[in-house]
Amino acid sequence: MKKQEILELRKWAAKIRKHIITEVLHAASGHPGGSLSCTDILTVLYFHEMKVDPKNPRWEDRDRFVLSKGHCSPALYGALAEKGFFPVEDLKSFRHIDSYLEGHPSMKSVPGVDMSTGSLGQGISAAVGMALAGKLDKKDYRVYSILGDGELQEGQVWEAFMAAAHYKLDNLVAFLDYNGLQIDGKITEVLSPEPIEDKLKAFGWKVIRINGHDFVQIIEALNEAGKSKGKPVVIMAETVKGKGVSFMENQAGWHGTAPSQEQAEQAFAEIDAYMSKLEVE
Amino acid sequence: MSQKMATREGYGAALAEFGADSRIVVLDADLSKSTKTEVFKKKYPERFINMGIAEGNMMTVAAGLASCGKIVFASSFAMFAAGRAFEQVRNSICYPALNVKIGASHAGITVGEDGASHQTVEDIAIMRALPNMVVISPADSVETKFAVKAAIEYDGPVYLRLGRASVPVIFDENSYQFEIGKGTVLKEGNDLTIIATGIMVEKALEARELLQKEGVQARVINIHTIKPIDSELIVKAAMETGAVVTAEEHSIIGGLGSAVAEVLADKYPVPIKRVGIEDRFGKSGKPNELLEKYGLTAKNIVEKAKESMNMKKK
Repeated sequence: MKKQEILELRKWAAKIRKHIITEVLHAASGHPGGSLSCTDILTVLYFHEMKVDPKNPRWEDRDRFVLSKGHCSPALYGALAEKGFFPVEDLKSFRHIDSYLEGHPSMKSVPGVDMSTGSLGQGISAAVGMALAGKLDKKDYRVYSILGDGELQEGQVWEAFMAAAHYKLDNLVAFLDYNGLQIDGKITEVLSPEPIEDKLKAFGWKVIRINGHDFVQIIEALNEAGKSKGKPVVIMAETVKGKGVSFMENQAGWHGTAPSQEQAEQAFAEIDAYMSKLEVE
Repeated sequence: MSQKMATREGYGAALAEFGADSRIVVLDADLSKSTKTEVFKKKYPERFINMGIAEGNMMTVAAGLASCGKIVFASSFAMFAAGRAFEQVRNSICYPALNVKIGASHAGITVGEDGASHQTVEDIAIMRALPNMVVISPADSVETKFAVKAAIEYDGPVYLRLGRASVPVIFDENSYQFEIGKGTVLKEGNDLTIIATGIMVEKALEARELLQKEGVQARVINIHTIKPIDSELIVKAAMETGAVVTAEEHSIIGGLGSAVAEVLADKYPVPIKRVGIEDRFGKSGKPNELLEKYGLTAKNIVEKAKESMNMKKK
């Protein structure tokens, strides 16, 4: 893996982080915390891993992506805009009455969104359906999804896990955005889904555990996932909620709160400073 | 009219008959023997997927398959398809308008001995409240067959309401025509209109005979598509007959009776009486005993028909 590519990915991620802040600022609502925690994973998916075509969003043989934690649409929209699915400028219209950028991902209105999500627990099932379709049609496209760790409290997730293992969907990779926080606090205090790794293994999935902000580790995990035969793969990505904006990091309170103008400016300044540092690397 | 067959039998047979299209995928939640999807499974095993007793997951998996170009039939009992999996049907299927057909068998109280926990009498109400959803309630196995064919040809979500019990076959397969959203006048008459759906269509025809003996000429309309409803046909009948009675094996809250009342309240108010299950749960019993106990007989339609006619402005 080239050092230069990693550097490029870090730049893309920083841009997407700025978009997230822009979106929630202009919407005066939205979910920055979880968006920032899954940004690096989304960056690797859209700028390294997935075969997609912004000019032909419905290309039949494309890889699919389902954001099961749909409230993190600001990160997904930021990635899709940077990838060229729609103008970056439109991100400012996120959640507005005359915009196509719905609060939660809508496949009907947003180019590049493969499944409408937002109701937790459902996205991973949709990804299972897509992976089944790929097997039925003997296509080699792959299906990716990102789940929240709090989302594991939804029973439907485990129904989906059971089905994916039963049907040996080795064309499916699920990321767990393992930041440890949900709206009401720590996942272990609200209603613990632990031991997560043991449960995933017991449900018949191959589990890879990584630091979800380390691009090398994310890429290597995806490479390993690609070699799985007969088993779906879950990448448990340890992340920091609010990653990249100091005052949002590890704060459950930033799950679904928009920053003030002043806070947003501080966030932009921090990310800009980080980007300048990247330039000299 | 001597032949009897359950609408779920018609469903399984139709899936097998029209199932050659490789885009068709049938899902079931461990009830393939009951929903009759096993008939399809025997013919096209590679396109039958058992999702186990997990209806919520099944509905969203169906949505995922449909997003990749499949025509998906997802089957279970109406109780779990429309009830338990309501939110998956709403958010994963109807909101993105994906091409999923819900084959919901064992609807209504004629489920029989299993009792109230399995007798869905609210499914039409909740399914027709969903944007993008087409709701079809066939009267017999012939109509079911044509409804399945129409559902395959239609691009978008469809809820097919099917029954467990054997019911008389009232339509002739050779001459029957089906169009989504189009009701049909089965018998002419100008004294009042009986509007029925599902297995109550046959009861409506029987009620017409009883009324005829008393000199009343009732028009009988079959509304197989409850949504989108055939407003034009209903308004025309109200104008020409001045009184309406509806009949359905469903709660009087939110079903066909409500849909007809909405149309007529908006466009041409006339007296309406509703034959259906009053606001209560079912119970165990034989299908015919239950129809009797819950007021879903031809005699009940006749009584309500007279009440409706008596309310006409003199």
